[in-house]
Amino acid sequence: MSIVTLERKILKKNDEIAAENRKLFLEREIFTINLLSSPGSGKTSLLEQTLARLANHIQIAVVEGDVQTDKDAQRIAKYNIPVVQIITNGGCHLEAQLIQNALGNFDLNALNALIIENVGNLVCPANYDLGESKKVVLISTTEGDDKPLKYPAMFHVSDVMIINKMDLLNYVDFDVTTAKENAYRINPDLKIIETSCRTGQGIDQWMNWLYTQIKIT
Amino acid sequence: MHEMSIAQSIFEIVQETLAKEDGVQLKEVVLEIGELVAVVPDSLQFCYTVLTEQTPYQGSKLTINIIPLKGMCKTCGHCFRIEKMWFSCPRCDSTDLDIMQGQELKISHLEVT
Repeated sequence: MSIVTLERKILKKNDEIAAENRKLFLEREIFTINLLSSPGSGKTSLLEQTLARLANHIQIAVVEGDVQTDKDAQRIAKYNIPVVQIITNGGCHLEAQLIQNALGNFDLNALNALIIENVGNLVCPANYDLGESKKVVLISTTEGDDKPLKYPAMFHVSDVMIINKMDLLNYVDFDVTTAKENAYRINPDLKIIETSCRTGQGIDQWMNWLYTQIKIT
Repeated sequence: MHEMSIAQSIFEIVQETLAKEDGVQLKEVVLEIGELVAVVPDSLQFCYTVLTEQTPYQGSKLTINIIPLKGMCKTCGHCFRIEKMWFSCPRCDSTDLDIMQGQELKISHLEVT
């Protein structure tokens, strides 16, 4: 019996392609978000709120990731911005190669920002770097304030946490203070924004963060 | 199921490595998976078995070593086991930490004959 030592990261190939994507985004000064959540937390709604408010001088594109249908891309297409739908046919997360393939559909010289709406899943996407500038994770008030503790990997790797559907707070047993405490326990550096895509609560704060990030890039 | 995607990556790495070694038989693939990484060992085992069926690697074992989460406090230098996902120093309460281990997703080594 002999040993073949490898010490090799299993997702090395994905990480290498993600690094290529990241380099390209930096060179072209494109601020990129990987938008993550469980199914139904409001990623597409948040995107719609974002695009409706986007200043004319910001050029943005969207990549949609779903297991099936292009319904999300159709919603985004109404805002007259470049959008590509990736259908994974069962894949529960997007990978860097899929993003790299999608980039050929955009005029990268004309872009300031790219938002990648990942497949609805709080587990697997945490492991797959896409080359993004920032990871933004959404939870909604209908999901439970213990979400960060149940899915620590996702919240640990994220930069921003959005607590969405704040308009439903009176109807659910969701404690915002507890949710924040749980989130900070996993990731003390998280920026947390409370939003409602229905009432507009917190959307200005989200837009301000977005503009600042685009400006820095 | 992303364990299948991970098993596929393992399979490709094994193929790539052993392509250079003539006449060896793969007995075991030893993985190190950190506590923070969201992978289900049983699912990964299952996917690996399915992928290696009717290949030269059929019958090879997948061993998964779970690596516990450990941090080092950048404020007081204390090294500690991160328990129950509390990412703060038990000695000085600082949240300024380096994660020393527990985020791995790698193949440590292969055992061949």
